[in-house]
Amino acid sequence: MALAVPRPKLSWSERLYLPAIVSGMAITFKHFRNMLLGRTKVTVQYPEQKLDAQMPDYYRGAPALVRDEDGRVRCVACQLCEFICPPRAIKIEPGEIPSSDRFAKVEKFPREFDIDMIRCIFCGMCEEVCPEQAIFLRKDYAITGLTRAEMVHNKEKLLEIGGVMHGVVLKWNEKK
Amino acid sequence: MGPTTFLIFTSVLKIVAIVFLVILPMVSYAVYAERRVSALIQDRLGPNRVGPAGLLQPIADAAKFLLKEDLTPAHVNKFYYWLAPCLVMVPAITTIAVVPFGSTLFGVPMVIADINVGVLFVFAIASLGVYGIVIAGWASNSKYPFLGGVRSSSQMISYELSLGLAVIPIFLLTANLRLTEVVQYQIDHGWMIAPFAGDWLNPVKWLLAIPLWISFIVFAIAIFAETNRLPFDLPEAETELVGGYHTEYSSMKFALFFLGEYAAMITGSAIIVTLFLGGWHFPGIPDGSHGWIFGLINIAVFFAKVAALLFVFIWVRFTLPRFRYDQLMRLGWVFFFEIALVNIFLMAGIISLSNA
Repeated sequence: MALAVPRPKLSWSERLYLPAIVSGMAITFKHFRNMLLGRTKVTVQYPEQKLDAQMPDYYRGAPALVRDEDGRVRCVACQLCEFICPPRAIKIEPGEIPSSDRFAKVEKFPREFDIDMIRCIFCGMCEEVCPEQAIFLRKDYAITGLTRAEMVHNKEKLLEIGGVMHGVVLKWNEKK
Repeated sequence: MGPTTFLIFTSVLKIVAIVFLVILPMVSYAVYAERRVSALIQDRLGPNRVGPAGLLQPIADAAKFLLKEDLTPAHVNKFYYWLAPCLVMVPAITTIAVVPFGSTLFGVPMVIADINVGVLFVFAIASLGVYGIVIAGWASNSKYPFLGGVRSSSQMISYELSLGLAVIPIFLLTANLRLTEVVQYQIDHGWMIAPFAGDWLNPVKWLLAIPLWISFIVFAIAIFAETNRLPFDLPEAETELVGGYHTEYSSMKFALFFLGEYAAMITGSAIIVTLFLGGWHFPGIPDGSHGWIFGLINIAVFFAKVAALLFVFIWVRFTLPRFRYDQLMRLGWVFFFEIALVNIFLMAGIISLSNA
């Protein structure tokens, strides 16, 4: 059996259509007036006014490499991030740490570490997959450049964004 | 200087002044106002970067339009394709010729052509505006512009009926088609939307307000339909027709359609002001024969009224959704046409009552 959907009975004033127009125009005028008098504040005037301070800690901005408290680049060039990266933005060239070095038992370090910021989709999978807590997504969001080459962050740039991070991965300390 | 030379000289001066110093800047700032007001209605800010409060935005827009590539698609009918934008712009601006935009300034009447057929000239020229849109739709040789052109032709013809019938009660009252006389009548007897002004206790005058208000509402709505403004912008209908009749146009030719729409809005508002809202008259302000400063104030009053109506145009656009096409036709033919027709008899009845 077909279901009969009851049509709403419109009152005389609703069928006249004009009262609805008037009330609608009153609503839009209220919005207009409140905006004009500055009572509604919704727009951020971007370059002059930024919400950087209100950004949450989980904000996913530019990925960056970090150093530990000893000044060592945390990355051990395991290349997990390179493999997991969905748009394949990361390119790592591993190098060997000489045996004379204090951190010889780490064995590898990234000789080159490039992230192509044109490709990066800020998904944060590199951060999630990193066993060394060496790569983090920071709050930098205004990444610009005039050439494609400029948009590739190399190791120095990444470390500059990342800075020093005191983490919980302590397995490379001399004591262990 | 002979009287003929003087007439030609002042007419040219008035044409140049009104078109280039008032109408065209007003058109470009109407676009700016549209963007700002719509933004404020939608809790945004709108263009506020170019110049103080974004006031130079129209100039930047014009520069952009002039510098853009003017593309003529290969499949169009070149002659009509080029003709159409002009046919949209010209009638919209020509209509202003008979509208009295001020009293007098240094003894010169502030109307370009004070002709005795007044409002008939307005309707004759305004109805030419449909050709620009139809030709644009046809010459573009593409389905969306074609649909837009077809819609616009039937819409404009339908609403011209109620437009013409709605003003008849006014001319029953004034017994003169000359627009300066209509304004003079309103100065003597109160504005058309307030015929009881100055004669507050006369019940016939209050009775007169009923058909005049019906006329005013029908005429204003028909003007909305004539200028293709929302809620009657079916010829453009971005969401259905990709932009309607000007889909295939680019650069300055597109801008001419855009400016033509706003120029039509301004002339439409000017006619509403002249017929119903007392023209350049404002209670307590004398006309230009009392000094040139009053002449200037009269002109300012007229354009202030036009600007207020333009605000209403924009306000309505960002409040009401678009009609469906059958609703539009029904509204035009079944309601407004009949209302305007009955209104004439109502007016005639009241006038005969007051004379008896």
